[in-house]
Parts: sequence; C-alpha cells; structure tokens
Amino acid sequence: MADLVTITVDSVSVSVPAGTVLAAAIVQAGVTRFRRSTKGEPRGPLCGMGICFECRVTVNGRPHCRSCQMLCEDGMDVRTDE
Amino acid sequence: MCAPMSKRRLDFDIVVAGAGPAGIAAACIAAENGRRTAVLDATPWVGGQIWRGQETKRSSRAAGRWLERLTASGARMIRCAADIAAPRAGVLLAETGEGPLELSWQKLILAVGARELFLPFPGWTLPNVTGPGGMQVLVKAGLPVAGKRVVVAGSGPLLIAASAELRKAGARVVVVAEQAGLSDLVRFAAALPRSAPKKIFQALQYQLRLLGVPYRTGCWVTAAQGGQKVEQVTIQSQKKTWTIPCDYLACAYGLVPNLELPRLLGCRLENGVVLVNLWQETSVGDVYCAGEPTGIGGEDRALIEGRIAGHAASGRTDKADCLFKARKRARKFSLAMDRAFALRDELKHLAQPDTIVCRCEDVTRRQLEPYDGWRSAKLHTRCGMGPCQGRVCGGAARVLFGWKHESVRPPLFPVTVGTLADADLLPENKSS
Repeated sequence: MADLVTITVDSVSVSVPAGTVLAAAIVQAGVTRFRRSTKGEPRGPLCGMGICFECRVTVNGRPHCRSCQMLCEDGMDVRTDE
Repeated sequence: MCAPMSKRRLDFDIVVAGAGPAGIAAACIAAENGRRTAVLDATPWVGGQIWRGQETKRSSRAAGRWLERLTASGARMIRCAADIAAPRAGVLLAETGEGPLELSWQKLILAVGARELFLPFPGWTLPNVTGPGGMQVLVKAGLPVAGKRVVVAGSGPLLIAASAELRKAGARVVVVAEQAGLSDLVRFAAALPRSAPKKIFQALQYQLRLLGVPYRTGCWVTAAQGGQKVEQVTIQSQKKTWTIPCDYLACAYGLVPNLELPRLLGCRLENGVVLVNLWQETSVGDVYCAGEPTGIGGEDRALIEGRIAGHAASGRTDKADCLFKARKRARKFSLAMDRAFALRDELKHLAQPDTIVCRCEDVTRRQLEPYDGWRSAKLHTRCGMGPCQGRVCGGAARVLFGWKHESVRPPLFPVTVGTLADADLLPENKSS
C-alpha cells in the first residue's frame, strides 16, 4: 500500500495516500467551500486543471495556492475560506 | 523598491512548453535526435491532464511507454514551472517555487494543451459544480465519489470518458445530458471506422462500461440549485423540463485550446487555433506548436503532432514525413467531432441577467450587456481581470456575445512580487 501523509485542514487532521492532490484531501476533510467570492458566495474547484483559481486556499501561511495543482505533503497546514 | 531577484538561467537547444502527450512526444524525439532538450510543466507531475497520475499508476499503455521513453531520452524535465513571459527572442521565463527561471532556446515547441469551455447558467458558481474533465482529473487524484450522485452534462466525447471514470470510482452517474442531437451523433459514429479505427474501439469500451447509465442526447442543464453546494439540477430538452437531485454536477461544453503563450509570442491564429505549416512550425520562425492548440483532437493527434514537431525542430524532417498520413486521419476526426458536437443556440441564453459570468470578479450578465466588446467590458466592469485573467469568462463571452478575447500580456499567471520585480518581465513594447 502507498504511504500515508497527514495534513491539517482548518484544524481537522486528514491522512491520505502519498500522491493525493490537495484539493481532493480538502474535500475528504469535509470542506466544500474552499473560498468566498468577492461578493461572499461559497466557491469550490471548477476546472481541476489550474485554470480557474476557484480552489485557492492558504497553505503553510502562503495565500492563493491552487489546491488542484499541488500534492499533499506531510504536515501541511491548510486554511480554507480566507 | 524591491531589488530584482537573482535569476537562474539554463540553456537548451530545444525547449518544450507543456508535458502532456504532445510535449512528451516532442521532447523524447528531440532528445533522441541528440539535442539538449528541456520540457517544462506548471504541475508537479509529468503527463499533463490526460496522463495525470500515470507516473505511479500505469493504467494507460501508451502513457507508460512514453513516460519510460522520456526518462530514457535524457530530456530534462522541469516540474512546477509555469511559463509566464517571453521577455526577449529565444528566452522563456518561468515562475518556479524557487523564483524566476530563464530558459534559453534555439527552437521552442508549444504543447500547452486545452481547457474545458464553461458556459454560465444560474447556479453554476455553486460548490460541487465542476467540468466533466475537471471532475475526472480530481477523481484520479483522490477525490472520493463512491456512492455520490453525479449529473454529467454539456457536450463532447469527454462526457462519456468522464462518466466511465466516475463509475469506476463508485459514483452513481444519474444521467449524462449531451446537448448535441442524436442525428448528429449517429452521423459522427457512422463516419468513425474510416477516420479513426482505434477510436471506435475506445468508444465501444466506454459504452460497455456505461451500461446502466442513461445517456440522453438533445438536452442540456438550464440551472443548478442549492444552498452551500449543488443539491439539484434542472435539465431541458426540446420537449420537456425536469429536475434531478444530485451531489455533483459535472458540466462543460468541450475543450478550447490554451492560446495565451502562442499569442504572447505573436503566433498567427486562424479560426481559434494556432496556424502551423507541414512541420508544425508556427508563423513565428523557430516556434513550433503541437497538440490541442492547433485543433482539438485528443491524445492520438497530440502524439503524432508532437513527434513531427520534435523531428522538425531537431532538423530531422526526413524522419517526420512518414507521420503525415496519420496526422491527416487525426485531423479529419477532429473536424467530424466539431461538426457532431456543434453548440446549439439555446445555450447562449442560459445565463440570466443576474447570473455571474466572470467568477473572479463576480460580474453579472446584466453588467456586461451595455458593452460592445471584451476590451470595453473589461475596463468598465473588471470582467476578466481577476486571477484567471479571462481563461474562464473569455470563452463564455465569446459564445454569449461573440466577443474576441485576443489581447494577452505578461505575466500569463499571477506571480510573486519577487518575480514581478524582475525588470525583464515586461517587454519593451506593451501590447494592448
């Protein structure tokens, strides 16, 4: 079996197989609202390919990271809805 | 003022932008022909979107073969590097995790792929509304969908491919709603054996897996409803309208090429694709293009064009002409596909006055209607000025209003302040 990596999404800890894309792990942590739009609407991944920027989250303090284009790394601290 | 960050610079004979099937094929060939070759991609993986995950899970035989060949070829793979600018002739600037990277080239091959075409309708901004291709890649990447009810909608062969993948992952595909009419699809299928014998096999395979999934033609999604995420979808055909509860909606209207980098380099376009000659060379000398940006045609066409571009760019045109016949067949298939899945007029009227068209800046259709073109709409409403830089709403505005989204300026993707401070980023002549 593949190795597991553990990340924290809004203080919820999730373990996923190494190689899992961050956006998928965020969903596994129970999140559907990845961010809020300029008018405050809930938004989540649309394109899955790094084009639309709807899945952006804060990773280890770095804002605006496209979670569909990143792989999970052990110990990542992810904040959504910012 | 920030001091410019120190730039790293690497020199190559041939640089390939994009590591999907076309880029991998081009890079393999160029390196095997003895050229110092680099292939860069914005993602952390090799394979682009279609071969995503194939480095670890070899479910596609073609992908496995090409990935092994790439490793053996000696081409340098540069991951997590997004091409953002072409500051001067023979130089491509990429943004990486470690700051800006300059790649110098004698020949440049653009294999930058395609994206899905999204058309706005009420509720399309709700979480859990994605594209079919987008959903497919997310599922491959670990999105759990077992037992989830998914409506797959829009247009094109990707709906069938995505549905098969979703079923394999345990999702319940409650309906596939294809906007094209049955008669067009029958004509398309009838033309298949001659134009693409390999593809009919794939299509049959998908059909088998799809047993039990209702595939409906001549119908389209008019609205999605829900609170914090999509809860149900309204579908319409010429005869009736009905509602289906669901956990996800995967809806897009085929693929459109990524043209930002070709445009930035000044490559001539025709009918929305990059114009190339016999050798896949663009109107700009020493710049080649292969795969989706020259016309949507999928993996087979991308591999053929990538090989031709790889040979031509490394001065081995003698090895390329045996591929022309296969390319001709693949292009014929593309044209048949365009005809079969042509978009119906009703789709232009799905967006209501208060429906958001530009998702980055929350600009509605009502706000856009007073303007006569992309440029004026952009200046007055901020449409297309958010982080996606019009990659989503530009395609929608073209279908809805017939607006052309031509202008492009560096950086092609939002970059860090450090990279922005790089004096080389802006070309001498700013284009409008």
